Amino acid sequence: MNDMTPSLLDTEDEVMLRDAARGFIADFAPVSALRANRDAGRAHDPALWAEMAQMGWTGVLVPEDAGGADMGHRAAGILSEEMGRTLAASPFLSTAVIAASVLRDAGPRAHGALQAIAAGEATYALALDEGPKFAPAATALQAERQGNAFRLSGAKAFVADGSTAGRILVLARTSGMAGDDAGLTLFDIDAARAGLDRQTLSTIDSRDHARLVFDGVEATGDDIIGDLDNGLAALRPGLQAGQAALAAELTGLAGGAAAITLGYLKDRRQFDRTIGSFQALQHRAAHLWSEIEVTASAIANAGRLLDHMPADAGLAVSLAKARAAQTAKLAVSEAVQMHGGIGMTDAHDIGFFMKRARVGAEWLGDYGHHAAVIAALRGF
Amino acid sequence: MSDATEDLAGFRADIAAWISANCPAPLLGRPMDENAIVWGGRKWTFTDDNQRLWLERAVARGLTAPRWPVEYGGAGLTRAQEKIYREEMERLGAPPPLESFGLWMLGPALLEFGNPEQKAEHLPKITRGQIRWCQGYSEPGAGSDLANVQTRAEDMGDHWLVNGQKIWTSYADRADWIFALVRTDRDAPKHKGISFLLMDMETPGITTRPIRLISGKSPFCETFFDNVKVPKTNLVGELNRGWDIAKYLLTHEREMIGGGARGLLGGRSVSQILASQEGDVLADPVLRAETMQLEVDALAFGLTMERYKDQAEAGRGVGNASAMLKYYGTELNKRRYELLMATAGSEGVEWDGPHGGLAPEWLRTKANSIEGGTTEVMLDIIAKRVLEMPNQ
Repeated sequence: MNDMTPSLLDTEDEVMLRDAARGFIADFAPVSALRANRDAGRAHDPALWAEMAQMGWTGVLVPEDAGGADMGHRAAGILSEEMGRTLAASPFLSTAVIAASVLRDAGPRAHGALQAIAAGEATYALALDEGPKFAPAATALQAERQGNAFRLSGAKAFVADGSTAGRILVLARTSGMAGDDAGLTLFDIDAARAGLDRQTLSTIDSRDHARLVFDGVEATGDDIIGDLDNGLAALRPGLQAGQAALAAELTGLAGGAAAITLGYLKDRRQFDRTIGSFQALQHRAAHLWSEIEVTASAIANAGRLLDHMPADAGLAVSLAKARAAQTAKLAVSEAVQMHGGIGMTDAHDIGFFMKRARVGAEWLGDYGHHAAVIAALRGF
Repeated sequence: MSDATEDLAGFRADIAAWISANCPAPLLGRPMDENAIVWGGRKWTFTDDNQRLWLERAVARGLTAPRWPVEYGGAGLTRAQEKIYREEMERLGAPPPLESFGLWMLGPALLEFGNPEQKAEHLPKITRGQIRWCQGYSEPGAGSDLANVQTRAEDMGDHWLVNGQKIWTSYADRADWIFALVRTDRDAPKHKGISFLLMDMETPGITTRPIRLISGKSPFCETFFDNVKVPKTNLVGELNRGWDIAKYLLTHEREMIGGGARGLLGGRSVSQILASQEGDVLADPVLRAETMQLEVDALAFGLTMERYKDQAEAGRGVGNASAMLKYYGTELNKRRYELLMATAGSEGVEWDGPHGGLAPEWLRTKANSIEGGTTEVMLDIIAKRVLEMPNQ
């Protein structure tokens, strides 16, 4: 700690951003919008994305000279938290957080791409995991060199926004063996390229996830982000930003589920009294509130460190993701249980929170992964 | 850098230089066990001259009570300066020159509710470590239901006549004065008939008896009041409004107990302690997983303490959310000691084994979630006051 360590409290600007975001999302992306998207068979509503671009959210991490608002990671976290409260579905995390963070470190060649993100014209997906768990080093998808070009062959098992994104950031092996940190290269390619088969997955959270099969997809040296064989370094800013924002989304989700549940406890009557007057339920609600409050500190801290000391943000980001996954799990479990039978019905919204929380717990590293990162950084 | 930041940087340099020049070297970096704490008071004897010297120098500079006004023996520091002072003390490994219930609790209460005479009489003796105070709140019939206190103070015209019994009075056998909640109106609703009274423990009719605890130690006492005559001027604040002061102090105490959970092991995390032990105590996958989980939760709780402190420093109170700090911090501390005992194995169960002192500390932590309001009362406060859930 020193005098320059930024406070974990929201600044005045951040309070205003949060209020504005909450108001907008309540109007344009309530939970009922997710239900409508699901029933219409679409992963997200392009009109909502266009509105987000209008407000500068798509450019939250894009530099001003590329037309972005450059508000920083804490601001991205606040937006993610508010989106999490109502499960607002959009390519925000894949595009405005992960891709923008990767591309802003990619030099002048990425300027046009960043402009397109800020303008809401480009959407991205990160094609990373090949198995059921987050494990970048396990990448086996081959990028075989042919003269000045590469041919990508292999499969990515679980790609968020993979079937709708216009561009794909794909991590491929250019040397070494699956399991090596080195020998990986990050490519930025058009999703329409020949040989790329996108198989939409039907997932519990009603969002866009796809299995991507690469069959000799062509890429060139110009498509490489960062350095050949050093793709993990190029990816790291995007991963950390994404993990922090996803943690924020999950914490918002926990807060949203808790708020709906608290409303139900104050409304539902049994035994001639409001069930929220039972001490057993009060203590569970109070415990849940405490866990969310503690996790919120880890979220704010991750955003602050990414903004001010990105080189030292690893512990903070993993702490945020680990706590958020656990807290969201507790929140949705308690929410469904305290709703009783109605919580098990599709007609009630609370089930949507449970299903998104499970997906969010896995994506970009589960509790065990991040707890192990923390243990290593703490020296045991 | 703004002027304010520059001033703080200057203050940091000054205070660091002062600590280095004045804290006797043998005290620096010494582990903060029970024997290292200076409580002060009439019955106090220093374990060595360094402690006495350090206290005298700190008193002269007002640093036993950094934020209190200079006229009462404080240093008149701002919040930001006090934070820097504590950071520099910790960085240099200097122990607090004085700790006491007077500094933590009675002082803040007098500053808020006391009259000028009471402040002038009692505050300087607290800052100088001359008078050691104890707290007389709980009674056999007033634990979680603290407002049910029955110890009576009757108005006898020129004095109060006090009769009753207090329990869990920490260190009452070593204290010089007691601040107590007493019933002054038996007909009013229970919260509205309580007053806040100061009593000299040497007053005839006051007796005290230590209670032996499961840890083998006796930090708490029973204290009896048998026709004790107390001057009328010893009542703090308004008659029958003592509950306001009690609530104010309980909030204060909860933040402290919750916060203490972080520093109880000298600032070291469980993982760091375990890593420093011989043999790979974390080879057991279950203990390892529990340690990782505790580390995750403890780090997040530490950040929450910081966030709440920032909030208080910004002039926005923490209010009833302090119940969460107390609840969460004490439960974490109990987990921490369960883990330490588990990793110590059979060596941990000896009173004086290789981990000497661990077992009594482990047993002591079981009181963390009882004293100052139980975990269940804290959850009640969160449910009622923060979440505004309906009455039972």
